Amino acid sequence: MSVLAAPVASSRRVDRLGVLIALVAILGAILPFALFRANRIVPGEGGGIAAALPPAEAALLGLALLCFLAAAVLRVPAAVKLAAGAALLALACLLVGRSAGFLTPPGNSFARVAPGSGFWTLSFAALLLAADALVRLRLPPLGRVAVLVLALALLGLLLWSGAWDGLSLLKEYGTRTERFWAEGRRHVALAFGSVAAACLLGLPLGLLCHRVGRLRAGVLSVLNILQTVPSIALFGLLIGPLAWVAANVPGARALGISGIGAAPAFVALVGYSLLPIVSNTVVGLAGVSRSVVEAARGMGMRRSQRLFRVELPLAAPVVLTGIRIVLVQNIGIATVAALIGGGGFGVFVFQGVGQTAMDLVLLGAAPTVLLAFTAAVLLDAAVEALSGSNRRKAER
Amino acid sequence: MRLLGAAWRIALLLGLGVFLARPDLFAPIFAPLTRFDAPAIYDGTSLLSLTLNHLALTFAATLAASALALGLAVLVTRPAGAEFLPFSRALANAGQTFPPVAVLALTVPLLGFGAAPTFLALFLYGLLPVFENALAGLSGVSPGVSEAARGSGMTGLQRLRLVELPLAAPVILAGIRLSAIVSLGTATVGSTVAAKTLGEVVIAGLLSGNTAFVLQGGLIVAALAILINDAFLWVEGRLRARLAS
Repeated sequence: MSVLAAPVASSRRVDRLGVLIALVAILGAILPFALFRANRIVPGEGGGIAAALPPAEAALLGLALLCFLAAAVLRVPAAVKLAAGAALLALACLLVGRSAGFLTPPGNSFARVAPGSGFWTLSFAALLLAADALVRLRLPPLGRVAVLVLALALLGLLLWSGAWDGLSLLKEYGTRTERFWAEGRRHVALAFGSVAAACLLGLPLGLLCHRVGRLRAGVLSVLNILQTVPSIALFGLLIGPLAWVAANVPGARALGISGIGAAPAFVALVGYSLLPIVSNTVVGLAGVSRSVVEAARGMGMRRSQRLFRVELPLAAPVVLTGIRIVLVQNIGIATVAALIGGGGFGVFVFQGVGQTAMDLVLLGAAPTVLLAFTAAVLLDAAVEALSGSNRRKAER
Repeated sequence: MRLLGAAWRIALLLGLGVFLARPDLFAPIFAPLTRFDAPAIYDGTSLLSLTLNHLALTFAATLAASALALGLAVLVTRPAGAEFLPFSRALANAGQTFPPVAVLALTVPLLGFGAAPTFLALFLYGLLPVFENALAGLSGVSPGVSEAARGSGMTGLQRLRLVELPLAAPVILAGIRLSAIVSLGTATVGSTVAAKTLGEVVIAGLLSGNTAFVLQGGLIVAALAILINDAFLWVEGRLRARLAS
């Protein structure tokens, strides 16, 4: 009896997803924790945790890893898993900064220390455990935003405190600080500005398609075809027309419109954004039940009142889902704008690829991913909050 | 109306075929877009071989991504894998926030320049649409149907093969279609890390200021996307019609 019961009991105590995460973490502990390079473009030599850190700190990380493995594998409350994941992530981030000072010979300004594959794998495992715990905690939308804000604040603190100043990524940043923020502003302006412009165009267009059935198929199929043109090509194709506009329309040049640069990238991003926004507006408005609209009419609401007080609020979650898709997509595609002189974080990515300097690629890629992820979490929370409040209103 | 739609698809296919076989015939059309007597048709590599390469890369990545995503979706919709469901969903969603250019650039040190990093980026991007649609399709099979299949003595594997997968097939195929179309566009960006795709034509055009190159590269990819999208839609329609009968 006890022989039969044992495996059942153990499978109930072991978290199978946690075992997977623990295996990833163990792989991370074996792979090189930090990479040492004699200068910024030669291939690096890796060192494991024991080689990359002073003994006391290596031991501390080892201990944290053991706690992490236990929290991952055992069935413990989600809050404990979250704490274990967050703690390992924080410690790994702090210590990888320390390894820079430990590995770099004193007075050598050419040598670069970068986080190695082991650090990334270990952080990935820690993030996985924390993410799984957050999913299990089923936080309300505001709670998730709070976690995001806290995580961003901690990241900001880490960067501001100077703990990472020895790492190659921040050395690349240090030599082009002004450029980084300028390209960052450009990236944000391109991605957010294009989505805002697409909303101004797309929402009325979606409304029109909803009201005028004969227009719908035509508009959507044109936007569909626009969507199939690859981003680099669309950017390139707009160079010609915009150069013509800049040369022939008075005042266009004063607005900053020119053939190359941000203008064609902006127009292309607006073009890509239209399909999801228009089609989600159509779907959202079509999903508003007829009886609700009839009831509003019965209450004596005028057409515009019905639209703004009933139909649009009910369609809002679906419309916002379209905006979320577009925003995350445009933050990503805006990196390609650098190819036509449009600026943005893509500048560092393409420079880095050209020089095979991976730290430079990372300087462009990391903030882009962070931006996209932040936008996704915020808008997901907004969608959920909106559909939740609609449901509560419906129940009343 | 349907006849008209079919006619323009066939015209598009024929036009694309003739353009790829004999691009020189179209040189007069593209010539006004060039400056300083630059060539009107890309001559670095034959357009046909770039197109075939582009399609092969897209096909391989979509196939691999679809196989893995479908397998995962089947796994997490079984009772034994149910605990992986919310997490795998969150992971697939977070993966989508990585811009393709970043994935390409960051995998270059691991895989070198060329097709390999592009394949990886396409593969990663292809996963989410198939996974989400397969989840929707498989969990959309009504419990009554599953129960009836169970009642008629089918094993779990039989139910999956004979009932659930056929019923979910149109939705799954729609996911594969999205994944293929996204890959087709992203493969163009792969040329920034020297993959031999149609992006090479576009980038050559951007670097030399030759709009004719940009236009022909973009047009070929767009035509391929429209044709592939339609082919998938046609198969989806047939599948749905068969399910309805």
